[in-house]
Amino acid sequence: MQPFGYLAEFNTPRELIHAASVMRDAGYTKFDAHSPFPIHGMDDAMGLKPSILGWIVLCGGSIGLTTGIVLQWWVSTTAYPLVISGKPLFSYQAFVPVTFELMVLFSAFAAVFGMFAINGLPRWYHSLFNNESFAKATSHGFFISVEAKDPLFNTEITRSVLENAGGHNVSLVEE
Amino acid sequence: MSASIELDPSKRIPLVLGNHTFESVTEVISKPTETKAPKWWWIALCGAVSLLLLLVAMIGYLVFEGIGVWGLNNPVAWGFAIVNLVFWVGIGHAGTLISAILFLFRQKWRTSINRFAEAMTIFAVICALVFPAIHVGRIWVAYFMFPVPNQMVMWPNFRSPLLWDLFAFSTYFTVSLLFWYVGLVPDLATLRDRSKTKARKIAYGIFALGWRGANRHWQNYEKAYMILAALAAPLVLSVHSIVSFDFAVSQLPGWHTTIFPPYFVAGAVFSGFAMVVSLMVIAREMFGLKELVTMHHLECMNKVILVTGTMVGYAYGMEFFMAWYSGYEYESFAFINRAFGPYAWAYWIMISCNVISPQLFWFKKLRTSIPIMFVISIFVNIGMWFERFVITVTLSRDFLPSSWGYYSPTWVDICTLIGSFGLFFTLFLLFLRFLPMVSMAEVKGVMPEANPHHGEKH
Repeated sequence: MQPFGYLAEFNTPRELIHAASVMRDAGYTKFDAHSPFPIHGMDDAMGLKPSILGWIVLCGGSIGLTTGIVLQWWVSTTAYPLVISGKPLFSYQAFVPVTFELMVLFSAFAAVFGMFAINGLPRWYHSLFNNESFAKATSHGFFISVEAKDPLFNTEITRSVLENAGGHNVSLVEE
Repeated sequence: MSASIELDPSKRIPLVLGNHTFESVTEVISKPTETKAPKWWWIALCGAVSLLLLLVAMIGYLVFEGIGVWGLNNPVAWGFAIVNLVFWVGIGHAGTLISAILFLFRQKWRTSINRFAEAMTIFAVICALVFPAIHVGRIWVAYFMFPVPNQMVMWPNFRSPLLWDLFAFSTYFTVSLLFWYVGLVPDLATLRDRSKTKARKIAYGIFALGWRGANRHWQNYEKAYMILAALAAPLVLSVHSIVSFDFAVSQLPGWHTTIFPPYFVAGAVFSGFAMVVSLMVIAREMFGLKELVTMHHLECMNKVILVTGTMVGYAYGMEFFMAWYSGYEYESFAFINRAFGPYAWAYWIMISCNVISPQLFWFKKLRTSIPIMFVISIFVNIGMWFERFVITVTLSRDFLPSSWGYYSPTWVDICTLIGSFGLFFTLFLLFLRFLPMVSMAEVKGVMPEANPHHGEKH
């Protein structure tokens, strides 16, 4: 059976960063670092591009802003025109609060659902969960996983790269 | 790597005391959710649920009988409902301030109290939302407030501050809930991975969404968290500003003032921090979290209480000044009536609790004393409730002396207020029992060991 890949354990955030940069320099692309908290400098060590989430939120916010203005304009001038204190039907000054709130609301939806979508979550089954020691990754363990799909993946070479980078308990994870 | 510009966190006041490792932090924070509930928890839950039932009974009576069971009268057409609404939502604001604004200002001490304060926000906003929902009388047509197509082809008036409020509250609640949940996901994964029984594994596993601590995920996660903080910071300011517009946009003396938005926001932060201190002092004692929520944390919060309390005191003074300086006799009368009229008792309770009592925090000895800070935080909560009461009942003496009266709440008003505390504490006790009350991932992130340069010799 095709394995999922390798999982190697490290002792400290510092070792993990070092190992990630070793993997990056060796040319691996389908690897990931697992830690109980985000580690400062890990994105550079892994050679990750900046997150695109900001652009998604910009789209969400723009949709919210437009929805707010159009909704209030349509309701106040077309669907239910009411003269209040002799003010114009489209009194945009009074529409600022609702427009702002809708912009924030849509941006927040974009930020949260966008983040989960980019991350491919929810995903309740993952091969890494088959590994006993991986449960530590959310408490005090630091791991590097390398997927078998990586073009450079080789059962012998990858193992020795991980071990030379300081990894212990290097083990194959079943799919 | 650019290590030189990084401040070494171990040089500052340590945020976690004792010889904690990452593992022991997980241990301490997960323990209350994994062991049997202590006896005091059951007793407290019984008390809270009884009060919650009182709230349910009062709402049932109100809906059955009508709004007449409350003590409203003609000049004071808004009574306890608006007072309680503003009180509860104000308490909620401390949570967002801690989680969003202090995050953007890189105040690392927030990490051990933000989960707790955000939970408080959500439960306080739930309590707040009860009041506008039930005050409409015929609650089965409460959907009239929302812009939904209906059989009468009727739409809401977008030029009304009350409608702005609806949008502000619903957005605030939704965004706070999302922010809280995003923060919880890594910790729920921790609980999932520690669980010994199948049921726990499934229950926490569903909500953990399959989180596996991958850095490719953390990257987007941190970005999302920062964006949410940046969205929540102006949001929290807008929410209480809009609450103050309910009053300030009207044309009534004592209400129609431009100082209201900043003054309400300061008051909200003030009352919210007081509530966090009241609850935290008890929780850290009961759950053995003294090494994670240290005296340094409590002292920081007390300093915020001192600052915002002084701002509130300044606003009270400035209102009087403006009433005199405007030369508008109705405005002047409204304020003289507040301080010396039939509600002088409420006004002076407000002044003593909100302006005088927090001034004791100038002294380090007093702001680091647990009993003193607990008592002052309770005083502040009482005072801030009375602030909203004073603002609301100012109307009992309006333009026409013939309509002057005295507003008194009925027993239903009072029991509904007491019952809302039952709702709050029921939710809070359930939170303490079933969710990690301190953010594990964030606390670990501020420990010196988490710095990738820890142990390096420069």
